[in-house]
Amino acid sequence: MTAPIICREDEVFVLNLGPQHPATHGVLRVKLTMDGEYVVKAEPVLGYIHRMHEKMAEDRTFAQFMPNTARMDYLHALAYNHGYVLAVERAAGIEVPERAEYIRVITVELNRLTSHLLWWSAFLLDLGGFSPLLYAFDDREQILDLLERVTGSRLTYCYFRFGGVYNDIDDDFITGTRNFIKRLRSRLPRFYHDLVTKNIILIKRLKDIGFVSKEQCRKYGATGPLLRGSGVQFDVRKNEPYSVYPEFDFDIPVYEEGDSMARYMVRMDEIEQSMRIIEQALDKLPDGPVRAKVPKILKPAAGDYYAAVEAARGSFGCRLVCNGGKSPYRLKLRSPTFSNLSLFGEVAEGMLLADALAFMGSLDLVIPEIDR
Amino acid sequence: MDTSIWRPILYLIGFMAFAGVNAAWLGWAERKGAAHIQRRNGPKEVGPFGLWQPLADGIKLMTKQLLIPSGTDDILFRIAPILAMIPALTSMVVIPFSGNIQARPIDLSVLLIFALASIGMFAILLGGWASGNKYAVISAARVVSQSIAYEIPMLITVITIVMITGSMSLQDIAMSQQGGFWHWNIFRLEGGHFIYMWVGFLIYFICSVAETNRAPFDMAEAESELVAGYMTEYGSMGFGLFMMGEYLNIVVGACMTTILFLGGWGSPFGFMPGIWWFLIKIYILIFAIIWIRWTYPRTQIYKLLNLSWKILIPFSLVNLLVTAAFIKVF
Repeated sequence: MTAPIICREDEVFVLNLGPQHPATHGVLRVKLTMDGEYVVKAEPVLGYIHRMHEKMAEDRTFAQFMPNTARMDYLHALAYNHGYVLAVERAAGIEVPERAEYIRVITVELNRLTSHLLWWSAFLLDLGGFSPLLYAFDDREQILDLLERVTGSRLTYCYFRFGGVYNDIDDDFITGTRNFIKRLRSRLPRFYHDLVTKNIILIKRLKDIGFVSKEQCRKYGATGPLLRGSGVQFDVRKNEPYSVYPEFDFDIPVYEEGDSMARYMVRMDEIEQSMRIIEQALDKLPDGPVRAKVPKILKPAAGDYYAAVEAARGSFGCRLVCNGGKSPYRLKLRSPTFSNLSLFGEVAEGMLLADALAFMGSLDLVIPEIDR
Repeated sequence: MDTSIWRPILYLIGFMAFAGVNAAWLGWAERKGAAHIQRRNGPKEVGPFGLWQPLADGIKLMTKQLLIPSGTDDILFRIAPILAMIPALTSMVVIPFSGNIQARPIDLSVLLIFALASIGMFAILLGGWASGNKYAVISAARVVSQSIAYEIPMLITVITIVMITGSMSLQDIAMSQQGGFWHWNIFRLEGGHFIYMWVGFLIYFICSVAETNRAPFDMAEAESELVAGYMTEYGSMGFGLFMMGEYLNIVVGACMTTILFLGGWGSPFGFMPGIWWFLIKIYILIFAIIWIRWTYPRTQIYKLLNLSWKILIPFSLVNLLVTAAFIKVF
């Protein structure tokens, strides 16, 4: 369906997709030059929700910036918490107690599940399937309830602290998590794979649509399921291990096809892997404190520090330049969706409008994270 | 009796009431059906089981301003929603609900209904075109190609039924299927031949879903691609009329499927008067259509056209040839 288009200059029209279009999941605007239903040129326009997070970091203390991290990728907020505290802990040389590391992994992976479930439901909504949304939200609610128990919030978490986490998890949380995983395991084959993954319409709409090559990923710095769907085995949790991830046995799902179906399958497999990690972490959970003794106001030594974590959408990097003061001299945030979106224009050329939007859905965009 | 002035008037009132009730409460049925498929409650606050919800919706739509955006074709923009309702309402006239409940029994009622169904497509085309919105224009273009693609296999399948029955009157077609479910066109067991008629039924049912622009073939209002398609610029009762037209088209489609394939008002076992069986059959079909909508994702316009031109039309042509051969042989 992606035949080269021969069109006359005066026969194309510009279709302004967004910033308030049901398929752009927020305030993304795409300027599409169309020839009938074919996309001739696609140009994402950003900046509608730019909030200067990086600048805000420069005039507040390290701790004061914590809540901001949750407001970038609000769907996988804990990974952003994690990336930022890792960078600051590297800068200030803080040791984190082992129990806190395990709790971090458990909550981050639970949060990754909510993010993938929400992506799944929103993606199906893009393809015109409504009911899966409610099934996935049914499961997602259970996780939100669990996370609300320990973190106190349901979406924009601010749970991690320098040197640990805010408070300890209790037995109810542990049993609740185990029950939830049992429940999701029993529901995944029926409600997710039988109903949706094996659906002929879904397969026809995703297979061989939106092909992204390894070279394109490299060119634009794409990471996460997009990269793994193009056959590159790269996951920060395995390649540049942080926290206690090396202690767990889990696989990195990789698909060679590079089409929308491959990205779909990568995320579906990641749900399984996250559940494996959570189970192992619950089994191995050590006793001890959940927070190291850390001074109220941090003043890391001058220097340049970097930490990266694997968020649900790709690798989130945090570059911290300190000058010895109580706030960062410069904080550069590398958000995965920004890079992932930038290849949209190149890939969407020559696609049909419906396929281009399905492809956009398979990228799993979170707009506040693109704009920061 | 037939010459009395009262009969047409009574039927007019009756069918208008039937159409109105269906147009309003199928919206409720769809919301409730969708809700139960999605494991939630759906409307439940307004009246028992939310049954007065359509009234509340109607009042809300009627009190809203009828906004006509600048840059639209004013007259066509106003005509289009009305045009969406009229063909569906008119179709009701010739549908036999039972042996003696039919407003006007005319000989070419099959032809009339399909002619009116094609006019329904014009409403969407005009609405989309007159809006001047790019999404609406794309939607209008989609509707035309979809409508052409699906009317062909639909009519070819109807021709097989007409050939078997030997009449273009809906009354005659239903009468020929009386006396138990093995006489229905979908099964047709009595002669030994024509047992493949369920193929025709499948083709016809798929086409009628596509013809009424229902998911998974709702290309015209694909909300994740075209915002709301041809309805993007419509608000107030303009939008309401489009919605009611859509539901009425579903009712007409279900009535036609029932008459052509499911024996009309014929009872499968032989109890209860026919009208009840007719209603049961059409509501089962309508439920199936709602069920399909809330289960499947949307197809893509080119795959939709491929399905019609490459699968449904060849199959319906073969169906027609085989039926013609059987009629000649037996």
